[in-house]
Amino acid sequence: MSYHEAPAIAASDAPRLDQDDRPTLRFVTCGSVDDGKSTLVGRLLYDSKTLLDDQLDELASESRTVGTTGDDLDFALLVDGLQAEREQGITIDVAYRFFATKLRRFIVADTPGHAQYTRNMATGASNADLAVVLVDARKGVITQTRRHSHILSLLGVRHVVLAVNKMDLIGFDGDRFAAITAEYLTLAGQLGISQVQCIPVVAPHGDNIVAASARMPWYTGPTVTAYLESVDVSGDVSQRPFRLPVQWVNRPNAEFRGFCGRIASGTIAIGETVAVQPSGRQTRVARILAPGGERDRAAAGESVTLTLADEIDVSRGDVLTAGPGPLVSDQLAAHLVWFDDEAMVAGRRYLLKCGAASTGAVITTLAHRIAIDTMLREGAATLDANQIGYAHLSLDRPLVFEAYRDDRSMGSFILVDPISHRTTAAGMIDLSLRRATNIHWQRLAVDKSVRARLKQQRPCVLWFTGLSGAGKSTIADLVDRRLAEFGRHSALLDGDNLRHGINRDLGFSNADRAENVRRAAEIAALFVDAGMIALVALISPFRSERELARQRIEADEFIEIHVATPLAECERRDPKGLYRRARAGELPAFTGIDDPYEAPQAPEITIDTSELSTDAACERIIGYLREHNYV
Amino acid sequence: MLDIPTPAEPALSERTGGERLRAASHLRRLEAESIHILRETAAEFRKPVMLYSIGKDSSVLLHLAMKAFHPGKPPFPLLHVDTTWKFREMIAFRDRRARELGIDLIVHTNNDGLSQGIDPFSHGSARYTDVMKTQALRQALDFHRFDAAIGGARRDEERSRAKERVFSHRSAAHRWDPKNQRPELWSLYNTMLAPGESMRVFPLSNWTELDVWDYILLENIPIVPLYLAGSRPVVERDGALIMVDDERMPLLAGEEPRWRSVRFRTLGCYPLSGATVSTAATLPEIVREMMASRTSERQGRMIDRDSPASMERKKAEGYF
Repeated sequence: MSYHEAPAIAASDAPRLDQDDRPTLRFVTCGSVDDGKSTLVGRLLYDSKTLLDDQLDELASESRTVGTTGDDLDFALLVDGLQAEREQGITIDVAYRFFATKLRRFIVADTPGHAQYTRNMATGASNADLAVVLVDARKGVITQTRRHSHILSLLGVRHVVLAVNKMDLIGFDGDRFAAITAEYLTLAGQLGISQVQCIPVVAPHGDNIVAASARMPWYTGPTVTAYLESVDVSGDVSQRPFRLPVQWVNRPNAEFRGFCGRIASGTIAIGETVAVQPSGRQTRVARILAPGGERDRAAAGESVTLTLADEIDVSRGDVLTAGPGPLVSDQLAAHLVWFDDEAMVAGRRYLLKCGAASTGAVITTLAHRIAIDTMLREGAATLDANQIGYAHLSLDRPLVFEAYRDDRSMGSFILVDPISHRTTAAGMIDLSLRRATNIHWQRLAVDKSVRARLKQQRPCVLWFTGLSGAGKSTIADLVDRRLAEFGRHSALLDGDNLRHGINRDLGFSNADRAENVRRAAEIAALFVDAGMIALVALISPFRSERELARQRIEADEFIEIHVATPLAECERRDPKGLYRRARAGELPAFTGIDDPYEAPQAPEITIDTSELSTDAACERIIGYLREHNYV
Repeated sequence: MLDIPTPAEPALSERTGGERLRAASHLRRLEAESIHILRETAAEFRKPVMLYSIGKDSSVLLHLAMKAFHPGKPPFPLLHVDTTWKFREMIAFRDRRARELGIDLIVHTNNDGLSQGIDPFSHGSARYTDVMKTQALRQALDFHRFDAAIGGARRDEERSRAKERVFSHRSAAHRWDPKNQRPELWSLYNTMLAPGESMRVFPLSNWTELDVWDYILLENIPIVPLYLAGSRPVVERDGALIMVDDERMPLLAGEEPRWRSVRFRTLGCYPLSGATVSTAATLPEIVREMMASRTSERQGRMIDRDSPASMERKKAEGYF
């Protein structure tokens, strides 16, 4: 076939690229090696008449010399532009190409199929609205199809065209196409990819690319081009609350101080109130400078400069917001796609970049890794290159962000190795693990300090931990009574009592115990916010959970009291008869008997009731509170 | 107001359906992305510079930089690598624009090359380009210790350009390693550099040639008049129309400059820039002519065709 044959689009229909509002669809092509991605992209460029005569002459001449398609044009040569790619006949790196039809403009990221270049595929997918996933009709859905689809789902690509290529090599078998389609739809369902259009194609010959294929009359759906032109991928970020990551502070002279950045979501107008995050300070928008000049209003996607009504401190990395507060935390959980050949190491410090903010970050734990073949979560300590995992990160300072599923630009980050400077991972933020200390997203008129002043006390949490029968509830009850006598305001959260109400649904598995502790900590934190002294009496056997509780509450407001009565003494007392039943094997996994109790390493107060009476223990705690100006 | 011409704001400020703003048009989206990249460069690097080649892409880039930092000036100088073989009109235009905009302009010429008498005729375009452009650029970047060089290259220009990142890392020896580029996700750019290393930054990566012309038209951006058709003295050589811009051009036997109505789609050194026969003397006429054109702009660039993958090789050696 030569390019002088009549192209699929008649000349009169050739796209007019004049300046207009045709929307741009960004898509990515993916699939395994030799599935024909580059050929498909080349074909799309060719059929959309994007290629000009001198480029076609060059393609024809190169197809003869370095091509792999005999006398036909080798469309892959249009996109595989690096020497190494031509030598090996594969795609190594992402190529971005542009073409347009009458209805739409397209930016296509043609990405490599090799597993070793998965990172490049993720790169292409990060800005894509849609993905064309190619499979070879002879092979069907394979590991690489799963891997790529999983990455697409992680990166929030919800629209997929499954192009089943090389239909000519299976005799245009409609049943085989249906079987591959069914298998892929199951996979897409598991991954939450909601929109899938399956199309049988022969990329080098153009079947069902632009024109419907006469060789597959059984297929009555849209062609690839028709689908790409018509699919609705809109997810309107202008409907979300206003977010502007501050990129640059513009101070050309003493009179002008503007804050520059690209609006991530929402709209803003002159006179509207904005908050500077993470400080939470509020002011109003005085002026909006857009590339075309002064404006009354601006929307998501625009690069603008704002001036503010008040002189408040704003620097690069801060975020101007309106409406409901964003997430602000120095602890977060995120999906990671690991890029670097050097494996991920928990505890090592990386540089994290999110929007215009940069901060040091440590991966504290790898919660799980995804086994690509089965897509099941598996336990693992590290991630190798091209692996996907879910990790907890601890940052040097609080970050202003959104969950990735809500906002791609405010919820994405990269990790950079501070020594090699390589980009080691892409991250998609799932949630905040806790509120960072001293961060207030919503400035309330009556806040904790006001309430505390009214009550003439500093709010805090007294967290009693220790074995069953150690005396936690008894001491806490007495402390509570004494505080009431002085006219202080306190509340006692007893583990057993909580289990009658808010924790009624929880059992005694490790996961349920962790949840038990988490809820108690959340409630205690609310009491602290209300200016109260909260007493929590809970075995809380694991150090890590108590640590989470401590992190949930501000640093100087958490007082850990280890009721360190020895096991033998607790068992001798056995006030609820639990040890007896545990010893009889009736209560499996009982703390202290066949389940461990991890004693605190540095509690604020330690009390051994085998040496100290309840009254004396109570006095010691009240003394501590006085000494540290809580009461 | 901006001190650059700003025609009526299109679509953007219109309101439709109450509070919703109309989606930014294609060019406004490209503009917003490019401005984001320019500001990111200014914020992240110690000493950036903008490469200014006087061509249409450079004109667009300079215009965007003026907008990105308005009402301030761009916080970086312009650098022009002058081979001494540019069209005279280009040099005049360069000096006038720098003066009008009040921007620092650094002009660098490879004086070693000059003293060796390297010229595009006797040494061939490949050697000439290497000495007077690639080596000259490296000298200038090293001398001023610039750590980021902003350029107007676009991904639609050439296949190896389509593979290049927006922030493209260069080793201390200015080498580009196409097989080991940093992954570039979302709008997050890894700008970390070791001592001596540098970055090439391409804010126009996602623009096409037609986008550039549309934007020049929309924004009324000044360009070198050579882009518009005019009667100019040309000779036909190796299938290209070469303008005889000064007396240094040696004429071959039988060659005699003829005055023809021509214009340029791409501008570089005059002996290496082929003209096209055209009567398009206004911007709208150029855009119309472009849309009907069946050849790419780089057809007029002799140096792209030195050998297969010549652009990739030149880039690996430090060419822009």
